[in-house]
Amino acid sequence: MSKRHVNAIVNGDPAEFLTEPGRTLLDALRDDLGLTGSKEGCGSGDCGACSVILDGRLVCSCLVLAAEAEGRRIETIEGMAEGGALHPLQQKFLDHAALQCGYCTPGLLVAAKALLAVNPDPTESETRYWLAGNLCRCTGYDKVIRAVMDAAADMRQAGVSSARVS
Amino acid sequence: MSEVLDRPPAAEFTVVGTRPVRPDGVDKVTGKAAYGADFAMPGMVHGKIKRSPHAHARILAIDTRKAQALAGVKAVVTAADFPDLASEEYEAGESAANLRDISLNCMARAKALYEGHAVAAVAAVSPEIAQEAVDLIEVKYEVLPHVIDVEAAMAPDAPLLHAHMFTKGLEQPPEKPSNIARRNGLSRGDLAAGFAAADTIIERRYVTPAAHQGYIEPHACVAVMAPDGQCQVWSSSQGQFMVRTYCAKVLGLTSSDIRVTPAEIGGGFGGKTTVYLEPVALALSRKSGAPVKMVMSRDEVFRATGPTSAAVVEVKLGAKSDGTITAAEVVLKYQAGAFEGSPVGAGSMTALACYDIENFQITGYDVVTNTPKTAAYRAPGAPISAFAVESAVDELALALDIDPIALRLKNAVRDGVKAAYGPTYRNIGYVETLEAIADHPHYRAPLGPNQGRGVAVGFWFNVGGESTAAVHVGEDGTAVVVTGNPDIGGSRASMAMMAAETLGLPIEKVRPIVADTAAIGFSMLTGGSRTTFATGMAVTQAAQKIVADLKRRAAQLWSVGEDRVEWRDGRAICLDPAKADVAPLTLAAIAAQSARTGGPIGAQVSLTAQGAGPGFAAHICDVEVDPETGFASVVRYTAAQDVGKAIHPAYVEGQIQGGVAQGIGWALNEEYIFDADGRMENPGFLDYRMPVASDLPMIEPILIEVANPRHPFGAKGVGEAPIVPPLAAVANAVSRAIGVRMATLPLSPPRLRAAIDAK
Repeated sequence: MSKRHVNAIVNGDPAEFLTEPGRTLLDALRDDLGLTGSKEGCGSGDCGACSVILDGRLVCSCLVLAAEAEGRRIETIEGMAEGGALHPLQQKFLDHAALQCGYCTPGLLVAAKALLAVNPDPTESETRYWLAGNLCRCTGYDKVIRAVMDAAADMRQAGVSSARVS
Repeated sequence: MSEVLDRPPAAEFTVVGTRPVRPDGVDKVTGKAAYGADFAMPGMVHGKIKRSPHAHARILAIDTRKAQALAGVKAVVTAADFPDLASEEYEAGESAANLRDISLNCMARAKALYEGHAVAAVAAVSPEIAQEAVDLIEVKYEVLPHVIDVEAAMAPDAPLLHAHMFTKGLEQPPEKPSNIARRNGLSRGDLAAGFAAADTIIERRYVTPAAHQGYIEPHACVAVMAPDGQCQVWSSSQGQFMVRTYCAKVLGLTSSDIRVTPAEIGGGFGGKTTVYLEPVALALSRKSGAPVKMVMSRDEVFRATGPTSAAVVEVKLGAKSDGTITAAEVVLKYQAGAFEGSPVGAGSMTALACYDIENFQITGYDVVTNTPKTAAYRAPGAPISAFAVESAVDELALALDIDPIALRLKNAVRDGVKAAYGPTYRNIGYVETLEAIADHPHYRAPLGPNQGRGVAVGFWFNVGGESTAAVHVGEDGTAVVVTGNPDIGGSRASMAMMAAETLGLPIEKVRPIVADTAAIGFSMLTGGSRTTFATGMAVTQAAQKIVADLKRRAAQLWSVGEDRVEWRDGRAICLDPAKADVAPLTLAAIAAQSARTGGPIGAQVSLTAQGAGPGFAAHICDVEVDPETGFASVVRYTAAQDVGKAIHPAYVEGQIQGGVAQGIGWALNEEYIFDADGRMENPGFLDYRMPVASDLPMIEPILIEVANPRHPFGAKGVGEAPIVPPLAAVANAVSRAIGVRMATLPLSPPRLRAAIDAK
């Protein structure tokens, strides 16, 4: 089977790779582009550890074919900090101890960023339902929810628009 | 957030008890932390496992010729590529493991004992080709009758998994083999007299399903064996030394030839205290000459790893009308999976650990079944027995019309009481946890319609054991702390904090690392809630040795006696009145002159930590049950626990919140479901339903600090006790909400709907 040549914008930079038609975007990110921050927890779209933002929309990259990335913009965890500065969500996850093993953390952060882009002032309930696609087995979600809401409050205060994409 | 009870601290600490950002945090929020599947090597090939589709079958023949002929295939292995080990027990911390069973679980020999049991493995240049080759392997099976249910497996005519298994622990040696691997027992007093003295007797049978640890990271490793037998393994596990030992034993290698580097671990909860892939990857590497990467799918994780036991527990309690429990009888039947070694021993020992009862009898059965070999799961065995006992105590409270906390206080163990499992309690904080929840506003808050409130308590031993730690001081006065325990939930932070406290350094100047098996001495795996206690003790003692050395060096530089030097706030202070004008020497100043005072500054400590203080927890849970659908949701949860001393309170709270969430999942939704052929029907996160964020409320931890005098800062293990009470706390709340005693988990909507309908 011949490989497809794919051109995409990943975290603001042009990226190209060759892929078999059946491979997932998650495999291409991890194996071809070396972006291993996105994790595979299930391969079936149930755990959210592979969450990325595709043309502004939150998706499980294990459910997207690599070939579908052609001409599209992809944001991963690796693009979340700007230069040497952590994104407010990343800083709040650290401040609140909102991670234990850290495996689900990239997916949770990407999903939370997508939430704040559409809803900068989410209630606890809205935050919980938005993040319901991201399994975390360590934290019981308590500190995760607090970190996201605290980051949202700070970002509103600072006028940071998380909708601004790379 | 949490509330630390007001009690006089043993000492004032500068770093211990604060909440710094964890040292490995930035890597984990930026995606840079490398977990098991994130590692790659040049020339690496990919391994896949061929698994049995049958729950129980004799393996008549394995034909690998077509697989081997496929282009791109580098190696195929079966049990013939592993030594046929003799039965040998290996002490592995919380539970003993049999090396032959570990070998047979990695690769079936002669019989497949559960659906998903490995029967062959392939390495190929791509995962796709490896999978194609796996499908080309032809295995001829003779399908045998299988048994999943624990009580069915105990029946005399049940299909036998192991022809040579004779029940251990019976008065008379049995004549016939059985699936009951062992019977254990604990007793005290006169059971019949105890029940005769009771005014009320409660008796019931409780059933819990198999539940998986549910770590989000599937098992993964990269392994390479050179032609001279030197091996390197990178893998996600709870103990690199455990991986080294098991690989050496399963493959007949020497441990010094195997260097295991721990990857970051994406959750374990006990489930990564054994090996599944590493020996197979090494065998494939030995045959192919290439590094071999193996990563499980989620389906494989469910079918072939973990879970904990499905179980049946029968409880009979007798009490006087004033609430004094006079007798207790507990019978526990735990699924071990394909090989013996369920956590029924711990389930038995913990069952009555919170109660001071004169007459009791506890009997446990370890039963093999055609299901994956059970692995440790957070306080192994204890949540199951606590579900039964705590439900029975709740039923007793209702029958006697006594407040459930008051009933527990009346029968509570205290310092000086001999525990049901043997030792005498010292420095325990159990009554304090009960008082904390009784005094909490949650306990007095009014309940809404269709709501119920449940109370339950729990106990876990916590363990100590062997640990090694090294501390090295740099020329600029900073320090590196080296340990051999994988950091699953923030233990690097607590290691660095204890070293910083001892050395008098700010936390930012201490960098903790987790080293490979060739770079640090032996440590038992991260499990049993032992790391902050035992490895923390080694870290603290190493730092104390450095402080003693720094004082000696300062004395040398000042030409005074060592007894004239005090170490305070990270500086050597000269106490000699004749040298009143001498300025204190900082760690950095001494380090800068280390060449003149004896060379590099560093210390290593290896120890066996003893005196781990047990953990007690007391929880309150409010649920609301929708009478139309039978859907139960937890609406409020408060969890008090004696933690000894919280080194990093935020991560202690996190352990409590996470343990509670797992317990709620086990109570409400999680279960292994098997079809008539013994195949798991729900091997994915869609159908094996773990709690998501919208399923849970905030979980309020209350940290009780009754210091453990055996630890330098008073710490007790904290990771496991929090999962012990929730099964019963949820079930007691649901039972009170609907007015029907719910004794079978999970409390899923169909089961609750049926119970409500049957009222």
